[in-house]
Amino acid sequence: MEPISQNYFEEHILESLIYLTMLTALVIVLIPRRQAHLIRLVAIGSGALLLLGSVLVFVAFDYASGEPAYQMLRSYSWLDQLGIDFRLGVDGIAVPMVVLTGVVIFSASIVSWNIERVNKNYFVLLYVLVAGVYGTFVSLDLFFFFFFYELAVVPMYLLIAVWGSSSTFETFSRTKEYSALKLTIYLVAASVLVWVAIIAIYVAADTGTFNIIELQKAVQNGAIDVRAQQVLFPLVLLGFGTLAGLWPFHTWSPDGHVAAPTAVSMLHAGVLMKLGAFGIIRVGMLLLPEGLDHWALVLFIMATINVLYGAFSAMAQTDLKYVIGYSSVSHMGYVLMGIATLEHIGVTGAVLQMFSHGVMTALFFVLVGAIYDRAHTRDSVVLNGLAKRMGITAIFFAFAGLASLGLPGLSGFVAELLVFIGAFRTEPILAVLGVIGAAVTAVYILRLIARVFFGPLNPQWDHLTDISKREGFAAAVLAVPILFIGIWPSPFLRVINSGVDVAMQGLPGG
Amino acid sequence: MNIDFSLLIPEFMLAGLAFAVLGVDLLAPEHRRNVLSATTAAVGLSAIAAFTLPYLWNEQDASLYDGIYRVDQYALLFKAFFLAVGAVSVLMSVEYVGQRIKHSGEFYGMLVFSVLGAVVMASAGELLTAYIGIELLTFSLYVMVALHRGDTRSAEASTKYILLGALSSAVLLYGISILYGTLGSTVFTSMEPSLAFGLGTATILVGFAMLLAGFGFKLAAVPFHLWAPDVYEGAPTPVTALLSVLSKAAAFALILRFFAEALPSSIDDWQLTIAVIAAATMTIGNLTAIAQHNVKRLLAYSSVGQVGFLMVGLVALTEAASSALVLHLIGYAFTNLAVFMVLIALENRTGKEEIVDFAGLGNRAPFSAMVMTASLFSLAGLPIFAGFITKFYLFTSAAGEGLLWLVGIAIANSVISLYYYLRIVRQMYVEEPSETSPLRVPVLTTLVLIALLAGTVFIGVYPGPIVDIIEVANRSLPPFVP
Repeated sequence: MEPISQNYFEEHILESLIYLTMLTALVIVLIPRRQAHLIRLVAIGSGALLLLGSVLVFVAFDYASGEPAYQMLRSYSWLDQLGIDFRLGVDGIAVPMVVLTGVVIFSASIVSWNIERVNKNYFVLLYVLVAGVYGTFVSLDLFFFFFFYELAVVPMYLLIAVWGSSSTFETFSRTKEYSALKLTIYLVAASVLVWVAIIAIYVAADTGTFNIIELQKAVQNGAIDVRAQQVLFPLVLLGFGTLAGLWPFHTWSPDGHVAAPTAVSMLHAGVLMKLGAFGIIRVGMLLLPEGLDHWALVLFIMATINVLYGAFSAMAQTDLKYVIGYSSVSHMGYVLMGIATLEHIGVTGAVLQMFSHGVMTALFFVLVGAIYDRAHTRDSVVLNGLAKRMGITAIFFAFAGLASLGLPGLSGFVAELLVFIGAFRTEPILAVLGVIGAAVTAVYILRLIARVFFGPLNPQWDHLTDISKREGFAAAVLAVPILFIGIWPSPFLRVINSGVDVAMQGLPGG
Repeated sequence: MNIDFSLLIPEFMLAGLAFAVLGVDLLAPEHRRNVLSATTAAVGLSAIAAFTLPYLWNEQDASLYDGIYRVDQYALLFKAFFLAVGAVSVLMSVEYVGQRIKHSGEFYGMLVFSVLGAVVMASAGELLTAYIGIELLTFSLYVMVALHRGDTRSAEASTKYILLGALSSAVLLYGISILYGTLGSTVFTSMEPSLAFGLGTATILVGFAMLLAGFGFKLAAVPFHLWAPDVYEGAPTPVTALLSVLSKAAAFALILRFFAEALPSSIDDWQLTIAVIAAATMTIGNLTAIAQHNVKRLLAYSSVGQVGFLMVGLVALTEAASSALVLHLIGYAFTNLAVFMVLIALENRTGKEEIVDFAGLGNRAPFSAMVMTASLFSLAGLPIFAGFITKFYLFTSAAGEGLLWLVGIAIANSVISLYYYLRIVRQMYVEEPSETSPLRVPVLTTLVLIALLAGTVFIGVYPGPIVDIIEVANRSLPPFVP
């Protein structure tokens, strides 16, 4: 065997991430149910390894211009008859997503410590989901991209329906089964469009391969005519857009996030929704550039509605998780808006926003989950003045809130700024509406923080305790990247830039 | 003419085995009849598959009686497949038959005969031979459906099945006779040149339509599917499994060969008709399945839906599409057998077969529930299970033939099916059961379930080797017209 070199590392790291998640799921299946402690330790240990591996991918990725666009390539022949290979590799857009997944799964596995009911199946499904997420981000074969995409969607139903929680309000109620089914139907119905689009692209390009790099080259040489791209793009937009929370197909998302257990909400809002936006870039921008160009304005308008509609809905909610859920819809609007600008800077902002929103929203869910575990309610009307009993929680919450409303010095600011610059260059009027959305965000976030954490303490909550060291650690894991990017964004931006360069090559005039 | 009877050894051995099973039943002491005849059948089927087929595999496209009976790679692949399905069906039935069916020897004897019928269908290169195979298979099934003595549903199902089956056989025969009268031959390859000018003439059209109706009944394709739910529900559950796997697979083995050898040049005349039947079959099957509350009825409609998917491969009729069709059939067999195995295990312990009776199975029998979930997900076409890649392959190969609209309908149907499969999953894991005592599943069942699950996952993550084998087998079919 040859000595372990940097090359060896680069060839094997991506597949190792996928195998590790699968292996974790398998090991947990084999551990007897009674060994709950062992199961949790295996899950956390695996989460830590995944985080480490993901950060190493980031470090090893060479963003210098002139370097190949796709790196850490690995390929196994799989089904020659259709031209399907198990082909892995990352570009500058996938790398931040890999890091995001590592951060969130590590934090989520820590937070899952206290999950109720049979926790074995829970961790198995959680890791199957993560396998799907990693696989989607690093696949360079369209078939496997879709394979892993579906794999990530599947476990959600059981994770929410079994381990989730129902919510009841005065006027309506949402059972966890309802929310789980709604989420599943929306996402699987959307994947129908994606599936049809993928087969249609394969047939139209007529290259006999699902290799994304080959397909991209073929498309740039005019393999799919402009008209076909324009017809196919809406399938991609709606299919992936639904997962990204695109208005008006976003309604599964707040319900699903609220019903899901904390760790699943974190993964779902934090990572899974990004799969949708990532899909629009990977399939829409790379393989149907003329289609994206044709439909960009429509996407821009929908994204603007996303921002405003999400923000105003969040303002009207009192349940903490619903606020965060609608806030996610609003923030994903910036991602879509960034893509719709078709400007280098806007797309870069969109990718950074994907990362930034991922860690930020996961942090929110950790904190809301902690409050709910203690107070058994998430209703901000009765939750008042918690800072007196839950000081550290309040600090983290305020931190996440400030990142969310785009305070300079935190990651959200950098990302949204880039998106807005791009947006003003293309559609100034819509861009202004987007900025208004940011202002609305500031209103509801600050109001929420003021109401829940400050002011007089509701005596009902006198017995509450602050978050444990474990939960604090999980929150800190998420807070570090927010601060890091806010203060020193250039390492991330350089990587993303190199990816956006390649992704935008095929765009008309790009 | 030099006839090499050694090519027929598997068929002779199967017929011998069927009589041997009946003999064991006569001679064995009463309390051991079930186990002994089941053992004979299972060991016999596996032995025939293991020892005779490999010897024949290298025979290049051998045939008997001037192409009437074909022993080529295509037929041999299906023979191995049917023998394996037969052996698994025997294992699946042991406990059930011991509990509920008095005539165990007849049960296993008929099961072996039904496998023989399927084997003949895979080899048939001519319509009357095909008809004999079909009748051998369905007559065995008529008897088996009725074997649940004392259950009125079984008697009712059997009556319906026999009456409608006889009618469809008559239609089929009439169609064959008309085609023979017009074309002068019933050998597939000899029919081809006469059909190359199209199906235009009225007599050919009528004959062909009657043939289609007969096949449609055997497949339970819309609009000839109405017998399926009642028969599936009333039949002893292992027989339902045979109906949904063996009988469908055999019918497709025959029909694919017929289409590939007799009909390729007239494709423009029939393609749209079959495509519409396929679309209707999958849509009606899947939509009706949503409304069911009996699991066997649900599986009946779900298998109607699956027939619709399989017909997509028939419609495209390319080399890739026919490989995909066979692959989907094999994956479908693994998953459906697993589903029925769990259903039978549950039925043996609780005597119930409604969807709500699955409540709490996730805790009462965790492994069986897991296999059930995996199999249902596979049927719905989700990764990492067989159904995902087999459907993807099937749909991709059909989309290349200008059938993207049909593929769109098929994919949408695939999602509809997930909805009703999830209803069962939900019962197993989410709903609170009325009874919580653990269910003890026998070791034999667990072992077979492990094997079936392994097969489902293997096809799902590494289909390459199996596709290679299928491609070699399909080379026995004539070159497909582009």
